[in-house]
Amino acid sequence: MINLQQFTIIYGHYGCGKTNFSINLALQAAKEHKQVILADLDIVNPYFRTHDYKEFLAKQGINVIAPRFAGTNLDVPSLPPEIVSVFSNRQNYVIIDVGGDDAGAKALSRFSEKINANPDVAVYYVINKYRNLTQTPQEASELLREIEAASRVRATAIVNNSHLQMYTNEETILQSLDFANETSKLLELPLIATTAPKKLQEQLSDKIKDLYPIDIFVKPPF
Amino acid sequence: MAERFLMKGNEALAEAAIQAGCRHFFGYPITPQTELAAYMSKKMPKIGGTYLQAESEIAAANMVLGASAAGVRAMTSSSSPGISLKTEAISYMAGSDVPALIINVQRGGPGLGGIQPSQADYWQATRALGHGDFHILVFAPATVQEMVNLVSTAFDLGDKYRMPAMILADGMLGQMMEPVELPEATETQAAPKTWAVDGHEFKRERNVVNSLYLTPNDLESRVKARFERYENIKQTEQRAEEYLTDDADIVVVAYGASARVAHSAVDLARAQGIKAGMVRPITLWPFPTNIVQKVAKTAKQFLCVEMSMGQMIDDVKLSINCSKPVNFYGRTGGIIPTPAEICEEIKILEGAK
Repeated sequence: MINLQQFTIIYGHYGCGKTNFSINLALQAAKEHKQVILADLDIVNPYFRTHDYKEFLAKQGINVIAPRFAGTNLDVPSLPPEIVSVFSNRQNYVIIDVGGDDAGAKALSRFSEKINANPDVAVYYVINKYRNLTQTPQEASELLREIEAASRVRATAIVNNSHLQMYTNEETILQSLDFANETSKLLELPLIATTAPKKLQEQLSDKIKDLYPIDIFVKPPF
Repeated sequence: MAERFLMKGNEALAEAAIQAGCRHFFGYPITPQTELAAYMSKKMPKIGGTYLQAESEIAAANMVLGASAAGVRAMTSSSSPGISLKTEAISYMAGSDVPALIINVQRGGPGLGGIQPSQADYWQATRALGHGDFHILVFAPATVQEMVNLVSTAFDLGDKYRMPAMILADGMLGQMMEPVELPEATETQAAPKTWAVDGHEFKRERNVVNSLYLTPNDLESRVKARFERYENIKQTEQRAEEYLTDDADIVVVAYGASARVAHSAVDLARAQGIKAGMVRPITLWPFPTNIVQKVAKTAKQFLCVEMSMGQMIDDVKLSINCSKPVNFYGRTGGIIPTPAEICEEIKILEGAK
């Protein structure tokens, strides 16, 4: 399990699995009887976003805050007023699912002063060895620099979320470890977790020390 | 074996076009297609290609006409409302016998409609992509891998028949991510484009690329010659995939994202003892009439599933001269039907037969 800070920010490349990881983290927090707010801060991506799971998450007691027109037919990326209070919140556990790349991370910069002044913040950079354009430690490192510049928020740790959807097996995960460790070394950031679908938990738990077993929520409707 | 990695449909379309030798992209952003143009804007400058964001869709499509007339592989991409704006240039391309790749990542319509996935541009793609007597090749991928594969096919066949080709995708396919393998980049071995306006250097007769013909007789004979080519294409280029059709009583016909849903629905129906199957058209023009006709010999009825009010259903009925009942189930406005919904429809039809 991941030791949750009061405030957790999740950013990374488009399609690396930020939303699925965010949902898992929120569910972990809810299980630990914490009051959780999950904020969908994605202003660039029209589909496959945290907002899609709002109803399901509400049933687990997780409050989802999302851009005003998320999931509608309108392409207007306006953030709701509640978002401001989220960044001042000290009572609840807050998880922020940020949009992809530097373009998506830009939405975070407006709140960077508040984030950087909060001592209880974790900023996770999510990486996936099998995701196009961030498949080498160099590419993954360069992208983080762009995200940090756009968001004005520095990462505190790396989450290895390498997977190949339905082709993900034990090997897929094990083969991503060198990539993740190398990226961690290049960025001088700790690798705090490697995710794997729960069905692989048994095989991998003694091979990977910070294994974080996850459920898969984000997928097409067929 | 090539390495497998994750790509979004829109990115895969862009990378596949680059692999197929396309170095000229002209476009204008629109959701849910924007990642394609964004990918091109990052990649083209690095490989000596041209990425140009035009002042409008109309301008972008006319730039494609110009680049294609000069003999290079050129393309544009958009989503439904943007495609409507491009139709003028597409008609000119068809009238000038110029190949080009046009990608439509469909969203809801009519009008501004919405940004969620749709398949309501079937009629436009197969019947009326502009004014005048003409057709273009229309391909309908159903996976991200197939998007990759069909891009090079569309370029090759467009060149072969000197006509525009379209990939008719939808927002779901454009936005979803799947593992893909890219083909080895190959040097294009296409026949030289002896018709292109790429400079005669006083070594040959000058070429003219034009869609204006001065006499009605001249125009008529050009159009008739083009339609002879279309007849040949109808005979030779039909593509479709069959799934469990051999013993199927009820055959679903669906393409693109709808076919992915319908595939799961057929499995659900089979698990409940219903003999269901599916035909998935891969070419929408030419429509795979041969396979539909063959299946109609044994199937008792058809069910067309589309993310529209029912457009491809016309082609299914025409293919079999209405010899078997052709039913319809669809959702529109940006809604994707669920496998359970379609399975329910199959059960109702099975009970009613």
